Amino acid sequence: MTEYGDRYLVGNQREQVSRFRARVMLFVPLAAILFQVYLPRPFPFLGYLELPLLVTIYFALMRRSQIGGLFIGAFIGLVQDSLSIKQPLGMFGIVKTLVGYFAASVGLRIDVEHAVIRFLLTFFFYFFHQFLYWVLARGLLGRQIPFEIQLTLVLGLLNAVVGVTLFHFLDKLREPA
Amino acid sequence: MDTLLNRYRNITVLLLVIFAQLVLIAVQVRNDQDVRMVRIWSITAITPLARVLETVRGGTSDFFRNYILMHDARADNHRLQAEVDRLRMENQSLKTEISTADRAKTLVAFQQHTQSKTIAARVIASGAGANSKVVFVDRGSGAGVEKGMAVVTPDGIVGNVIAAYPTASEVMLITDAEFAAGVVSEKNHVVGTLKGQGQSTCRVDYVPSEEKIEVGEKLYTSGDDRIFPKGFPVGVVRVVRPSSPYQEILVDPTGLERGLEAVLIVLEGVHQAIPEVPPANAPVYLGTPPPQAPGEPQAVQPAGPAGTDADKLLQKYRQIGAAENHKFGEGAPGSKPPDFNIKVQPASPVAPSPARPLAGSVPPGQTPPND
Repeated sequence: MTEYGDRYLVGNQREQVSRFRARVMLFVPLAAILFQVYLPRPFPFLGYLELPLLVTIYFALMRRSQIGGLFIGAFIGLVQDSLSIKQPLGMFGIVKTLVGYFAASVGLRIDVEHAVIRFLLTFFFYFFHQFLYWVLARGLLGRQIPFEIQLTLVLGLLNAVVGVTLFHFLDKLREPA
Repeated sequence: MDTLLNRYRNITVLLLVIFAQLVLIAVQVRNDQDVRMVRIWSITAITPLARVLETVRGGTSDFFRNYILMHDARADNHRLQAEVDRLRMENQSLKTEISTADRAKTLVAFQQHTQSKTIAARVIASGAGANSKVVFVDRGSGAGVEKGMAVVTPDGIVGNVIAAYPTASEVMLITDAEFAAGVVSEKNHVVGTLKGQGQSTCRVDYVPSEEKIEVGEKLYTSGDDRIFPKGFPVGVVRVVRPSSPYQEILVDPTGLERGLEAVLIVLEGVHQAIPEVPPANAPVYLGTPPPQAPGEPQAVQPAGPAGTDADKLLQKYRQIGAAENHKFGEGAPGSKPPDFNIKVQPASPVAPSPARPLAGSVPPGQTPPND
């Protein structure tokens, strides 16, 4: 991509930066974490959803700021760690920090308003999130946990579908430009 | 610098946040042995660095110790090499002294054992010239040494004195080309003349081809040369080649095998017996001659006066011996011989002695005459 193209694209993307209210930025992630922590107990099938990840992807994509994305990811991940049983602080924090950073980086480059793009990005970041967690669990904690690719791909599709739907509702919470 | 930080601000913040969370994990997590991960990671991170530093330090230290300070090792090497050389020389000297002492001991034992009167001498020099087979000993005419005396060792004869000086004597070795001595073989008592060849081996001449002499057989002095008393070892037969009319025989002299340092000069030689071995040609029994038939002429007996020149010479020598009261065969080697130039009166013809029987032809029940 040429220098003119970069400037043109960045200029257009900056014009498309979504802004949210502070309470939205605080409430939505907490709600997603509470959903992730408490609902799978009465409804185990909901455990397959990774709502904190979907919220992280959404805010990082829409904020289009790498630093903002990584802090959002770190915040959500650390809170999720703090509420997880036998989970050292930092595991989800590191993973979601990287997801937020890379999602924001992608959001700077491409148009993330399209549903198909969101679906593909969600599917990709879900797989990246699970794989990176597996790597860290093995490398840092020495846990010999398996990585089931097929199951991960299926759950990626599921979360991508849920994510596109969730992103549609979250778009309603954006401040008008 | 400011531009550089702005350019990499995002990635820097990312790394800092990741690092902070890694530290957070490391502080919380413990391994199976209840050791915090932060400690494990720290050690894991520090250990390779420490290992590298130690390797560099050890390598540097070894480099200085092995190469820079090598001049000390070189000096030590020179000093130790000199020490080794000195010890080798000392060891060799001690070995030589021990060998000399052994030889001297053997020489003394032989001197006490032999009946001949001998005097010990030390070889002090060898003759000039590359092919010289002459040595000098430290006993001369002042010690009673005379020209012609035999020089021996317990291992065998060495040579004979060819010149006697007041304090030293010159000895011609048996390997000299001009040396000669009478020898006799051990088994069959085959007589021959030992001659030097100017080499390490000697040869034995005048052994007829029909005489039996074997390789490995020992030779002793026969005493015929009147220099060496009978019975001294000479050497071992190494080669026997049949030839006509005399065999070609090479002998390894045993007197020179272990080198020459100390020798014995025979002042008054006494013949001694040659060691006995089972004779190869034992006497063969011969029966009595057949009775004479009547009318058959008697066997011709040698009669009358000495007819041959040898008989005349024998008769003359006997007369000379009788005139000078000399008995042949009793004089010691080196003693003064009778004067064969005196005039004696011709005596009456001597009746020839009766013919002696052949060896082994003595009839049963009779004793052969002694020689």
